Formats: sequence, structure tokens, C-alpha cells
Amino acid sequence: MNEEQKIFDEMWGRNDELRDPYKEFQSWFQGEDLKRLRAKQREAEEVFRLTGITFNVYGRSEAEERLIPFDIIPRVIAGREWQKLSKGIEQRVRAINAFLHDIYNRQEIIKAGRLPREMISRNEAFLPQMMGMTPPGGVYTHIVGIDLVRTGDDQFYVLEDNARTPSGVSYMLENRETMLKMFPELFSTNRVQPVQNYPTNLRRSLAACAPNKCEGTPTVAVLTPGIYNSAYYEHSFLADQMGVELVEGHDLRVVDGRVAMRTTEGYKPIDVLYRRVDDDFLDPLSFNPESALGVPGIMDVYRSGGITIANAPGTGIADDKAIYSYMPDIVEFYTGEKAILENVPTWRCSEADSLAYVLDNLAELVVKEVHGSGGYGMLIGPTASKKEIAEFRKKLEAKPGNYIAQPTLSLSTVPIFTKAGLAPRHVDLRPFVLCSPEGINITPGGLTRVALQKGSLVVNSSQGGGTKDTWVLED
Amino acid sequence: MLGKTANGLYWMYRYLERAENTARLIETGQRIGLTRLDQDDDEWASVMQSASMFHGYKETHDEVTKDGAIDWMLRSKDNPSSVLSSISAARQNARLVRTALTNEVWEALNGCYMKAQEILKRKVTERDLPAVLEVIRQRTALVRGMTHGTMLRNDIYDFARLGTFLERADNTARILDVKYYVLLPSAFSVGSSLDNVHWETILRSLSARGGFRMAYGSQVNARDIAQFLILDKRMPRSLNFCATKIYANLRYLASDYKTEPESSVLAQRLVESFMHNDIEVVFEAGLHEYIQSVLNALGELGAQIEKDYRFYE
Repeated sequence: MNEEQKIFDEMWGRNDELRDPYKEFQSWFQGEDLKRLRAKQREAEEVFRLTGITFNVYGRSEAEERLIPFDIIPRVIAGREWQKLSKGIEQRVRAINAFLHDIYNRQEIIKAGRLPREMISRNEAFLPQMMGMTPPGGVYTHIVGIDLVRTGDDQFYVLEDNARTPSGVSYMLENRETMLKMFPELFSTNRVQPVQNYPTNLRRSLAACAPNKCEGTPTVAVLTPGIYNSAYYEHSFLADQMGVELVEGHDLRVVDGRVAMRTTEGYKPIDVLYRRVDDDFLDPLSFNPESALGVPGIMDVYRSGGITIANAPGTGIADDKAIYSYMPDIVEFYTGEKAILENVPTWRCSEADSLAYVLDNLAELVVKEVHGSGGYGMLIGPTASKKEIAEFRKKLEAKPGNYIAQPTLSLSTVPIFTKAGLAPRHVDLRPFVLCSPEGINITPGGLTRVALQKGSLVVNSSQGGGTKDTWVLED
Repeated sequence: MLGKTANGLYWMYRYLERAENTARLIETGQRIGLTRLDQDDDEWASVMQSASMFHGYKETHDEVTKDGAIDWMLRSKDNPSSVLSSISAARQNARLVRTALTNEVWEALNGCYMKAQEILKRKVTERDLPAVLEVIRQRTALVRGMTHGTMLRNDIYDFARLGTFLERADNTARILDVKYYVLLPSAFSVGSSLDNVHWETILRSLSARGGFRMAYGSQVNARDIAQFLILDKRMPRSLNFCATKIYANLRYLASDYKTEPESSVLAQRLVESFMHNDIEVVFEAGLHEYIQSVLNALGELGAQIEKDYRFYE
């Protein structure tokens, strides 16, 4: 059978039958004129440029700001599909929080023999500084992004958990805003669940995690590494939308046992800091002493209940790729239920049997660095050249513990708009989850990233991926 | 508000004002070049001096040419105060204080920046210059208009205005200073009217021709020009006008924050000096000396504002 035919398309299924969620869209599209849509596509780009929704490319000159390509064709998910997904996401996020609390306290899961001790003790994402510390409200991961892929009508997999500082939510919001502006008519024929409450929910969720020393209404702030960070736009966007200050390390200092920001009227304490700075740079006194991005002494304030850091330091231990393969066990261990969302089957190259299998089947597998991100340093067997595979084999044999391998999934496709009309491209989905003592809140939909190159499976924006608006329909 | 935000707003509007002033000076320079009969480009040295850009120009160029001067003032990346550099710096500051701006202001400024990048990508030919300067003037005016029309009148607005008027006062003072020799008392004591080129330069570079004519008629003399640009309360680029605005915005801040900082006191002193002075006193003191003392006072005031409102650590 032809490989192409096996791929599940979210609009047309496997057999060219229009799927339900896309019915209204299709009847609209048929009445549209390609020329008008092309103009709309250009218009969208203009909107993004003017709004300044850009990302900075690392290692490039300061002036380099790029647009993430936006595709005007919405991705549509049925309400019932979403219901099941969101249950699975909620379960997974609860488990992640419970896991973090356990790892930084009693480590029952290790004692129970469900997770090898060295997975933690030899893991760079584990922060010994967090041992014995429970963050305000018991929440470690205030904001989580769960990366999902789809392979069939009812088949979703979790590709990756993002429990540190997941980004992309500004695109989710701006994509919707742009669609509402450009195609208002589509929203009257489709009942699309709203995403616009995210900033309000985020602020409420953060405020609900205020520390003991907070008096009155909690003061929330967003900590950014600065204007040259690739996600600076998102940081300023979220601060703006929440109506809170956007601060950098040099705006902050510890004053009377609190972290305070320098305002025009003097120093003012912060209760909850939504930081978009990595653990390592958070506090030069506790972590990287070279860091100028963080706040000297913030960890002491944190430990004494003077501030809430969101997400908590050390959450990386939960989304590490080496831990990933244990997630089904982790979910079961803490929730007592089987995981609703499946993991992609994963071979840990640190284990001899697995390594042998992976080496024998490199051409069929995707091999990832355990600590890598952004789609770099990975091998996609089926599309790699012989030479690339041979080179990768050497790297893998030299440090097998650095790698995991997964089968190449035939990721679902959705239509994008091209010069010739609609064409299928592979996608993933990152729903955004908020946790607080008040509960878990999942925004319906999330960020759909799309590989714009025909046949490509790489959706990362740093490597030619784009985004599109994601609709969850009201059933 | 963060001290950093106040700082960013202040500089965003200073750079915006600077871009506008520089564009206007280029326009003046070109206009003068067109209306005179001799062929030398001397005027450009004085135009660049008015913009405090001559020093940098001399360091990077061997001779003063019209093309060299225009490019230096308009789009040189090596000149931190060129129109293009100023607009880029204004936008950089705007990105920094994005949360304090309305969407309208941000989009107007970002649009201004994108347009400037586009039309200043290549050297601008003399033929295209008027149209290019027109676009710059309109785009910066749009930012100003959006600021006026959409921003809350709170501390954010006050810092924006402080940047605008400090830059503007500085600009007016420098133009007067560079041209002070044409306004020397000897010139008007004889009652002679000024050389056309010179008064054109002064009034045009401050968009003050129409205003002057309305206030004083078509007869131009040094005393009236100095009176108009230094002491006139109606003229939006006069030193008195700018100082009064600075003082007013500092007063708003002081009452918002319920403090009485040193900068308010300095600004008040500056405003009072304009109220008591009449133009004869200015000429008696020596115009150059007088302007220098105003420039010093503005510099001191700017530094005190930075300190009072914690712009830096």
C-alpha cells in the first residue's frame, strides 16, 4: 500500500470522506474565491508585522525579528474529541504535580521501585535546592503545555510534556484574534469555543498561588530575560493582557525579605513571579553565578514563603525526555488510574537491549537527544540520508544514555492554504493548562504548529514551521 | 510603574521628537540650498551643527557635501541621532514599555518604523527627498496623535511628555545657539532686517514661519525672533512653552505620587526665569551665554528626573 494513503487527514479522514467537524468550513470554502483568500493571507501577514508578533532568532543580529508563518485555514476539532483529550490532559497534569511533590519530598515512587533512582540523581534537571520544599498552594507547574500528535480518528499520543516555561500561547490568542477580524462570517456558522479568557484565567490562577507573606491583592509580575529573548513578544503580550508589570532581573532586588521591583515610587514587593527565565539563571547565588538575568537571593525569599515562583524551580525533572518514557507508570502511580493519553512507545538507549534494537532499526526510527529541544540534534530515520544515519550512529554509540528513540508516527495532516488551494500538511497540538489550588483549567484548543514543507514532520518555528488557529467546536 | 518603564517612555518620546526635528532640519537645509545662487555646501555644516551631528560627521567624512550630510542625518547607522537611528531607538524603547502603551500608539510607532526601514533602505536621491521627509513627518505625527487621542492622562503620559518637551527645548536652544551670531545685538541695533537665508533657517527649522508671521507680521528682525523662540508662551517650540509643559507634567507626577521631588523645584525655577526675563535682559547677558545657561539647566533637570523617578538602579 502507498505510504501516503495511510496518513489520516483531519478534514478528509483516510478515505476522502469529509469529516463532521469540517462540514461548515467546507461549504464556506467552496463558495470562496482563491484570489480573495490569497489577499487575506497577505493581509494576515501585515497584521502580524504591524502588531509586532515576531520572534527573535538566536545567534542572529539584534535586528533580526521574524514572523512565524500563519496559515489562514483553521484546524477544527469536534467537542467530543476535545472532551476526551482534556480529561487525559487533566489527569496527566495532576500526575506531574504529584510526581514533582514526591520527588522533592519523600520519593515514594523510587522506594516503590517504579522509577530507577539514577533517573533522578543523575539528572541535570533535578534541583537538590528544592528538596523538602513545597511551593505555595502545593503547585509546581502553574502553566503546562502538553504536546500532542494524532495518528487516527481516535488515536492521540503525548509527544512531550512542557513543564518548565512552555511558550506559544500568545500565538494561540493572536491567531484567533486575526481569524475573528478576517473571517467573522466563519464564526457565525461555526460555534467555536472561546480562548480569549486565557490571560484573565492566567492572572487569577497565579494570584490564587500567592505566598503566605502576601497582604491584600497579590501583586503579579512577569519576569523576562529581556528584549532580545526569542519569546520577548510573548512576555510583553502576557504582561499587557494580564495588566501586570513586565520586569527584568535588574528591576528586582531583595528588600526586607521580599523580592521587590523598582518603581517610580520606590521598591514594591512582588507576590507571584511568572518567570520566563530558566532555572539556571534565576538566582546567581543558588545556581549559575554568572547570571545577570535573575535576582540574587530570590531562592532564599522563596524558601521562606516570601514569593511564589511560577513555574517552580526544578519542574524540568518532570518533562525530561528520559523521564518521559516512565510517564504511563507515573500517571498510574499517583492517580491510581490507567493513563488516558498514550505515550509514544519509547526505547531508552541507556538500556542495552533497547540500544541494540535502535541501532538495528535506525532508518525507521526517530532518535532524540534526552535534553534537546527545538527539534535540534535529532535524527528522523526515514528521511535521513545514509551518511546522516552513519554519522548519527557514531554519536549514539558514543553516548547511548543521551538518546531515546521512537517509531516514526504517521502524523495526521490538516489542510493549509497554498497557491494551488488546500494541501495537507503534518501538525501537532499544544494545549495550555493552568494549575492552581482552585483547580485545573485547560483552554479549549491550543497552539497548532504545522510543518509547511510538503511531507515534512518538523513543526518547530525555528525550522520552518507555521501556526494556525485551532477550533474546538461546541457540539 | 517601573522605573525602567518611565525611563523607556521618556526616551521613546525623546527619540521620536528627535527624528522629527532632524527631518525638519534636513528639509531646511535642502530648501536653503535650492534658493541660493552660489554652489557651495557650507550651509550643511551649520545645519549639522544645529542638530549636534557635525562632530560625528567630521570624524567619518573628509569634506562637507550635500549628499554626505543628507545621508548622515537621514539614514546613517553610525550616527545615533540620524532619523533612522532615532526611529529605531524609539521603537526599541517602545518594545521595552509595550505594556504601558495603547495598541494604537504601538502600531503607529511600529508602522512608522517599518515604513522608515523601507524608504530609507537605500540612499535617497534629491528628487525623492521631499516625499521621503513628508512620510517621516506624517508617520511621527501619527504617533503623536495616537498618543494624544488614546493614552490615559496618568504618570505614563507624564513621562512621555517630559521626554518630548525636554528634547524639544534642547533642540530649540541648540538651533538658537548655532545661529546666535546672526541674532547678535549689533544686528538689530542698526535696525537692519536679517539676511533672508538666516531667518529662513531659524524659523523653518522650528516650523515657526507661519506662527511668527501671525504674531509679528511679515517684518523680520532679530529681537522679535529671539522673543518669539525664547519667551513666547503661545509658540509650541519656544523655550518658555517647553519649560512650562515640563513643569506642569512634573506637577502632575508630584501630586499623583504625593511627593515634592527636587526636579519639580528645578523646573519651577526655570519657568520663573522666563517669566521675569524680557528679551533685552537676554541680549544684555549675551545670547550665547544665556542659551548655554538654559542648556545647562535642562541637562541638570533631566538628570534630576532620572534620579527622582528611579530610571536606573
